[in-house]
Amino acid sequence: MSSDLTPRSDGSPEATGAHGVVSGSGVNDRLARPDYAGPGALPLAAVDHTPRRSDLYPKAARRVERQITLMFLLSMLMAVLFIVGYVAIDVGTEIYIPVLGGVGFQNLVLGVTFGLGVFLIGAGAIQWAKKLMPDVEVVQDRHPLPSTPTEDAKAAEQYQRGKEESGFAAYRIMRRTLIGALALFPIPLVVLVRDMWTNDDPALAGQSPAEILSSTAWTGGLRIVTDGTFQPLRPADIPVGGLVSALPENIEEIQKEAHNLNERGKSAIILVRMDPEDIRAQQGEGWDYQGILAYSKICTHVGCPIALYEHRTHHLLCPCHQSTFDLADAGNVIFGPAARSMPQLPIGVDEEGFLVAASDFNQPVGPSFWERG
Amino acid sequence: MGLVLLLLALGVVGGVYGVATTAPSSADTALVGDQTQIEEGRRLYLEGCSSCHGLNAEGGSAGPTLIGVGAAAVHFQVATGRMPLAAPGAQAPVKDAIYTSEETLQMAAYIASLAPGPAIPTAEQIDYTDADIAEGGVLFRINCAQCHQAAGQGGALTQGKYAPSLMSATPQEIYEAMLTGPQNMPIFADTTLPTPDKQAIIAYVVDLQQAPSPGGLSLGRLGPVVEGLFLWTAVFAALIGAAVWIGMRAR
Repeated sequence: MSSDLTPRSDGSPEATGAHGVVSGSGVNDRLARPDYAGPGALPLAAVDHTPRRSDLYPKAARRVERQITLMFLLSMLMAVLFIVGYVAIDVGTEIYIPVLGGVGFQNLVLGVTFGLGVFLIGAGAIQWAKKLMPDVEVVQDRHPLPSTPTEDAKAAEQYQRGKEESGFAAYRIMRRTLIGALALFPIPLVVLVRDMWTNDDPALAGQSPAEILSSTAWTGGLRIVTDGTFQPLRPADIPVGGLVSALPENIEEIQKEAHNLNERGKSAIILVRMDPEDIRAQQGEGWDYQGILAYSKICTHVGCPIALYEHRTHHLLCPCHQSTFDLADAGNVIFGPAARSMPQLPIGVDEEGFLVAASDFNQPVGPSFWERG
Repeated sequence: MGLVLLLLALGVVGGVYGVATTAPSSADTALVGDQTQIEEGRRLYLEGCSSCHGLNAEGGSAGPTLIGVGAAAVHFQVATGRMPLAAPGAQAPVKDAIYTSEETLQMAAYIASLAPGPAIPTAEQIDYTDADIAEGGVLFRINCAQCHQAAGQGGALTQGKYAPSLMSATPQEIYEAMLTGPQNMPIFADTTLPTPDKQAIIAYVVDLQQAPSPGGLSLGRLGPVVEGLFLWTAVFAALIGAAVWIGMRAR
């Protein structure tokens, strides 16, 4: 085996007399390697060869054979049981199994039979290899990693010839303009990335992504409606301690025109009502309406929708990363990774007594973006 | 016109503040039982509740005022065993109810007689048989899922508080909880979430409670985090075990 190896330049001698690991029986000779300590001439670890029971006793070998045959037979049985289970068991049948609880009987049978069927084939094959196939420790040497000096020289010569024939070294200006062209060609692709946002809505035409992110569908006088049922709200509808998920009243028309949910995502708010005396601070004076506060529903960390509102502590908790905002204190962050307060929407009532937005948010909602910093 | 509305709204809000943190909604009618029921309820209240909530339910440092919380709140807290509280803590846990349903109704009648508040929902109100489960699912995901988890399994809040699992909640308890906002749960009054919407939500929660788990091990229906944890521990342990067996020396 060592004959096909290129002799190493350091000429380390082939070790002789290293501890052999070959059993010596004629059959195994071709699998074994001659005594050879390998590159670096480290002595081989001495591994005692312990013959297996199935090597020593024909009876043990027979027993292993029966074991493996049984595994393959069981695998066949599992395949049959799978088909029986598929045909015979009603899909809806449930059985109770301790720990697991109520389980779909057919699913269980299909999973167990197919799983065991495949597992038993594999386990039988492994057992066969471990107990009955030849048992010899075999060492396979690595090829030396470096190229030969001849190969090195050849490669260097080819490179040099290529350099001379192409004139890459001679034509200096051409070489430099090529490098310049290669450096510039990806830039148009980067510029394209800037326009990856879709803008189907003519109302948003001409706005940059940053401008679109900075405003929402809310405008002064726009009614606030409940999310899901789209009912306008009167202040008296919301009790102290109440929570309402809400949207602008025209959100469905906007969605229909834009063919996307972008505006809905930005303009989702929650309305909470607390005792006005509990409100310690707001983002603007008089932005509440008799203790009703409107805050964005979109977390300022990475934009999860949040409405985990504790009405006694006035805390709003984000389930994604546990950012906690104090809605009684201007929506300030009191815990978690969010860097900015929850934006507050100023609200009031219109002539008919329904809750309306007093204006848009005075800052972008949701997570930070490049232009916002 | 505007001034009249403002005064009207101020009056409503003033009334709200006058009673409690839990405000009555417009549809509420106090469940006023007969006098003996109220008397019996008052006796039970003085015996079991007044040490924290005060002799006249005015509240104290150990417990909030119960004036205006309504019969629904009393029924929810007492029937689920949350009250009386076994020990002070972040939140009152569910336990076996201490009072019989008759005693519970007596106490509810007493509290309801103090000030108007949300009444115990009628059988008609909690009848969800004709409710739209799909619509209930939409409303559940908008209003409830953030705390109680998409499959109603409950979840953690801040500082030891938690939203309980809904798997053993009865339709009446679900209705009462939405109406009264127990513990830190906000109130979903009939004005913002009308009775048909509440019925739809109840129908959805009942559907979740009865949903089979065809795959077998539901792992608490908590979603990909728990499933991943199971994979990385139990399943990978089995795979490592198999690899060790394959590599073991044969004897």
